[in-house]
Amino acid sequence: MANNVKLLQGNEACALGAIHAGVRFYAGYPITPSTEIAEIMAEELPKYGGKFIQMEDELASMAAVIGASLTGEKALTATSGPGFSLKQENIGYAAMAEVPCVIVNVQRGGPSTGLPTSPAQGEIYQSKYGSHGDRGAIVLTPSSVPECFRLAARAVNLAEKYMTPVILLTDEIVGHMREAIDLDEARKAEVWDRKKPDCKPEDYVPYQPDENGVPILAPFGTGYRYHVTGLTHNKTGFSTMVPSEVEEVNWRLVNKVEQNADDIVEWEEVYTDDAETLILAYGGAARAAREAVEELRAQGEKVGMFRPISIWPFPERALKSLLPKVNTILVTEMNAGQLAQEVERIAGGETKVQGLFVIDGEIMTPEEIIEAWQGVAK
Amino acid sequence: MAAFRKEIDLNLCKGCGICIDICPKEVYDRDPLGKPIMERDENCIYCKQCLLHCPDFAIEFIPLKEGEADGK
Amino acid sequence: MSHKKYLRNNKLPHIWCPGCGNGIVLSAFERALEAADVDKDKTVIVSGIGCSSRMPTYMDFNTLHTTHGRALAFATGVKLAHPELEVFVVMGDGDATAIGGNHLIHAARRNIGLNAIVINNNIYGMTGGQYSPLTPTGMKATTAPYGMVERNFDLCELAKAAGATYVARGTVYHAKQLTDLILESMENKGFSLVEAVSTCPVGFGRRNKIRGNYQLMEWVKDQCVNVKAAAKKTPEELEHKILIGKIHHAPAEEYTACYDKIIAIAEKEAKR
Repeated sequence: MANNVKLLQGNEACALGAIHAGVRFYAGYPITPSTEIAEIMAEELPKYGGKFIQMEDELASMAAVIGASLTGEKALTATSGPGFSLKQENIGYAAMAEVPCVIVNVQRGGPSTGLPTSPAQGEIYQSKYGSHGDRGAIVLTPSSVPECFRLAARAVNLAEKYMTPVILLTDEIVGHMREAIDLDEARKAEVWDRKKPDCKPEDYVPYQPDENGVPILAPFGTGYRYHVTGLTHNKTGFSTMVPSEVEEVNWRLVNKVEQNADDIVEWEEVYTDDAETLILAYGGAARAAREAVEELRAQGEKVGMFRPISIWPFPERALKSLLPKVNTILVTEMNAGQLAQEVERIAGGETKVQGLFVIDGEIMTPEEIIEAWQGVAK
Repeated sequence: MAAFRKEIDLNLCKGCGICIDICPKEVYDRDPLGKPIMERDENCIYCKQCLLHCPDFAIEFIPLKEGEADGK
Repeated sequence: MSHKKYLRNNKLPHIWCPGCGNGIVLSAFERALEAADVDKDKTVIVSGIGCSSRMPTYMDFNTLHTTHGRALAFATGVKLAHPELEVFVVMGDGDATAIGGNHLIHAARRNIGLNAIVINNNIYGMTGGQYSPLTPTGMKATTAPYGMVERNFDLCELAKAAGATYVARGTVYHAKQLTDLILESMENKGFSLVEAVSTCPVGFGRRNKIRGNYQLMEWVKDQCVNVKAAAKKTPEELEHKILIGKIHHAPAEEYTACYDKIIAIAEKEAKR
């Protein structure tokens, strides 16, 4: 019998998951509906000798997180819509300079100030393409409180392993919902640390990629002096405009995620063995979808559910393997059809892709999904 | 007073002319590229104004070893 | 070839134009670091974007060339995470007082132990000579072809008012004094700011009909009054003058040391 079951909010679970994974630095700026993460970090981190700072704005928070990470600390920030927009330049910097960090975006209604206290899932593409230039993106979408804990920890692990910013893309539903979580169980999640150089400082080449295409950056202050810049740089870390070097680093930034996608992607399938139609949902909206699928199955319908947990990279191979026996995919999301575009690309015309796109600020209901399913699958 | 020998690295020098203009003893002349020539080194009083104001790290004052002539 | 202890000598010559004051500031800064005998491995040099922010490229430390305006925010993360590191932050006037103005006042307010060096050449040099918040009213820039219409900041007064505990101003003309001021600023435990008034012969001097690299330095010098001498002058006499020397020093408890006390309280509470 579990002995450490707590009733927690998704935001609280996020914070605790990050601390479990070793996060010891948080910089943030207050914004609804993510603020609880900052509040818990302010209280908890100093208990572990960690540091919390409320910065003067969103840009500074992202910058401070990168600075702290370069000293070897695992660092995290949390924000929502407008704040996520403001952070983009420095998220791009972290990608370019290959500095591990985690950004939690508790999505709310947009565009602009939008609906600060209502859920939405409008940052599917921003979370991948929000900063200028090309790069690989890792974006995870939890749909329950225990998953907030687990994926916060996994986000930290992946950031450290692939030396890149990782986005934990939650939403107001998951962030503010309360659910039971067995913390003793949750804390069995494994923890990865970034690699450290083992060569002599004079032989150190900071941006020399390892077998996975990932560099090993020494924490500042440990005797390996090197240069970090957002300018396009070669293996030495210094800026370059030599086309072969420019091409090499640009492709590497894309490929270190894309070519390791099998290690990163995560998804859940429900009743897919004999499914003739699929409901595809993720994050907070997947909860209603799950209920709709259960209801339809009870009615004898051969409906399955596909839930990408990592939306970037998308579990493409897994979805593709289901396509031959599926005639329709209903994508249900709280935006005007963002991830549906990626699903359409993967379906490649082989399978019909339909959508239920809700952008009224209300939580999508199982009834709405069942009605939409009846409209497209019958 | 300590004596020095000056060295100018013409690969680093960008010919800004600050050393030439700032020298209180007119030690330097301008070459066709605007770079300094130590024309009147014997006038040098080792004030190091040229060294302190060289933006290019091109000027070096090297302390003379015992018995070494400073070119004066 | 000269070999400077604290430079990446193989990275020279630098990218700056002939006669640019950035090299003079770097030279003065390097001498201060030598005099203080700083530990290269335990020192971090952070910069923003712009001509002067290329400085860390040439410095043999842990160097961090960040995004435009955000150097102090990155540096805050470095210093708070590892207070034992000595952190310098090199910025230009546009970087520190326009796009990064918010971070400047808040770093000063917190009194975090960073040594900021703001190289003020009165202009955005890298983009070709646009006016900055430190371009003196009336002076010309590519975006102020009829003269700068806005009022300019007094950076040192701004830093002082925001809570910086050490504030000084030097110039590239007064190169030895600049080294001394940087050295002195390092002794202050909290937030220190040294404004290094510099010269951009191409973007500022030429456009304002101040011709010649050395002549531009003299133009700066002619406006300077030492703070000690200024104490005996009237406000009228000091109009349009540049005060140089130690402007302000009011030691106060440094931020990361304050945060360490929070950790001690929290750890005690956690054990209960």
